[in-house]
Amino acid sequence: MAQTAEEKRAEINQRVDDAVALKKPDRVPVFMQFTMFPARCYGLTYQEAFANQEKWLDVNERAIEEYQPDLFFSPNTGVMVGVKVHEALGSHHLKLPGYGLGPNTGYQWVEDAYIKPEEYDLFLEDPGDFAIRVALPSSFRSLESFRSMLPLRNLALSFTTPVLAPAYCTPEIAESLSAFARAAEESARWIQGYAAFSQKMAARGFVEFGTAPTLAPFDCISDMWRGMRGAMLDMYRCPDKLIKAQDILLPMMIGAAIGNAQASGEKRIFIPLHRGADGFMSVAQFEQFYWPHLKALIFALIDAGLTPVPFFEGTYDQRLKYLRELPPGKVVAWFDRTDMARAKDLVGDVVCLMGNMPVSLLQSGTVEEVRECTRKLCEVAGKDGGYIMTTNTTLDDCHPELVHAWVDATREFGQY
Amino acid sequence: MSEQLINAIADMDEEGAIALTKELLAAGTPPTAILDDCRTAMELVGSRFEHGEYFIPELILAGEMLKGVSAEVKPYMTSSQEAAKKLGKVVVGTVKGDIHDIGKDIVVFMLDVNGFEVHDLGIDVPVQAFVDKIVEVQPQVVALSGFLTLAFDSMKETVGAITQAGLRDKVKIMVGGGTVDEQVCKYAGADAFGADAMAAVSLAKGWI
Repeated sequence: MAQTAEEKRAEINQRVDDAVALKKPDRVPVFMQFTMFPARCYGLTYQEAFANQEKWLDVNERAIEEYQPDLFFSPNTGVMVGVKVHEALGSHHLKLPGYGLGPNTGYQWVEDAYIKPEEYDLFLEDPGDFAIRVALPSSFRSLESFRSMLPLRNLALSFTTPVLAPAYCTPEIAESLSAFARAAEESARWIQGYAAFSQKMAARGFVEFGTAPTLAPFDCISDMWRGMRGAMLDMYRCPDKLIKAQDILLPMMIGAAIGNAQASGEKRIFIPLHRGADGFMSVAQFEQFYWPHLKALIFALIDAGLTPVPFFEGTYDQRLKYLRELPPGKVVAWFDRTDMARAKDLVGDVVCLMGNMPVSLLQSGTVEEVRECTRKLCEVAGKDGGYIMTTNTTLDDCHPELVHAWVDATREFGQY
Repeated sequence: MSEQLINAIADMDEEGAIALTKELLAAGTPPTAILDDCRTAMELVGSRFEHGEYFIPELILAGEMLKGVSAEVKPYMTSSQEAAKKLGKVVVGTVKGDIHDIGKDIVVFMLDVNGFEVHDLGIDVPVQAFVDKIVEVQPQVVALSGFLTLAFDSMKETVGAITQAGLRDKVKIMVGGGTVDEQVCKYAGADAFGADAMAAVSLAKGWI
């Protein structure tokens, strides 16, 4: 008798949960970090993916059905919302295919110091005010007029609000609010579309990953406010403010993950990590500026019954020992270039390992090379369980034939 | 030579370095001597980076300090002051389709302070732009930077175009960037890949 969807999902979740708990599942689970790969696979341009959600979801559905992964990367990690949302907002911290980039170039973050060092003070004093009057205009051209608003707290008093209203809604501000409303309406359509897609794939027995992401507080600042240069200079020029800002961001990041998890029903929390890697800061700087808030985030998620999946982009060979501070069997450590044998040795009894299959091999290697690399990973990282197979980064430019070889090889060599 | 200034820069004391620079200039120190101290300090910084004591934040702060010191020194420079003799020429750029520049900028900076004449083509550089620049400045080294996986194909195309133009044997080509590895280097047809900015400097020095 064929498996029901519920049974299929239960089997997959058991397989993944066993790996997370450092046990031996029936075989090594496969997580496919699709991102834009489905578009390339089935002849949809990236630009079309960002313009037409129906077509975008269609190619994702086809990829999931064709490759049958244990976990599939949520399509909203490749295309968070359609390009029309960004057009309405005037996003200038992002370039998208068809919005600053060619039709098949993956989206790119335009990192810069959008927030100036002197603007930390307003965030520390009044984060809500900072969000509206400084953060929004710093990233979104359509909302530039918000800078001209007086401090928002003035609107707390009903006596004065009627006379203050014009100052808070000049014609320029009204136009910005209209743009925001247009963006919100378009965004809501995409969010609904994704929710429906999640339910559809779940009803067919598939398990999604990536619907409930969050960020390390340092990365919030480095990625979105100060840029890498700015955040690194802040470590030297205003270290106290950098840390205090993270204190405020931490509960926000915890709340975001828990909120998203409740909305989507997903328990595994994707945490892409950018700046704490080897080479990007010293171990001492990592200890002072990066790890404490990330660790607190991870613990809080575990307390909330969730499974943190930090994605340690770059190499973490020099900072693996910090993972020993985490409770065993509760966290998945997704590695990019970290030495997996070393990771298994140093922290394999604490965290479930994930990752490290090089996409460069799935782009330009041979089937034999792919199979051999897969076999080694299953053998070394997958020894006695506690491993989930995935790539070191997105599958965007990988060759379908090699991706099939990789998935098949995992099923073959990953049996316990 | 001011050991104090060299150490201030090498030890990441930004305020101290600028204050000392002002003092030295006020006391009549030749600007070229101060710039020489900067170069000595950068060698120390580079060496500490190579030995895993310093990382990207220190390279960035060193760059900021150099900018700050240069700004103090500039008004005192006379037009007769010659530029230091250059070790060789390097053409650098982030390949077509990729707009990442932080890594590239650090490589440009490190090559520059290590005595190379660097021609920075910027980001998202069309294949032909690399070829044209090579014809124009006749560098010994070409450095291709890329972070996204799409950069692998752009690097291959760029090397291909350089070959097509009959220039491949006139230059050494290195590749680098977050996702670049030996596999990518082979795929692209480059001569070597560097894991970081110091590797770029070593490779360039070795080839020239």
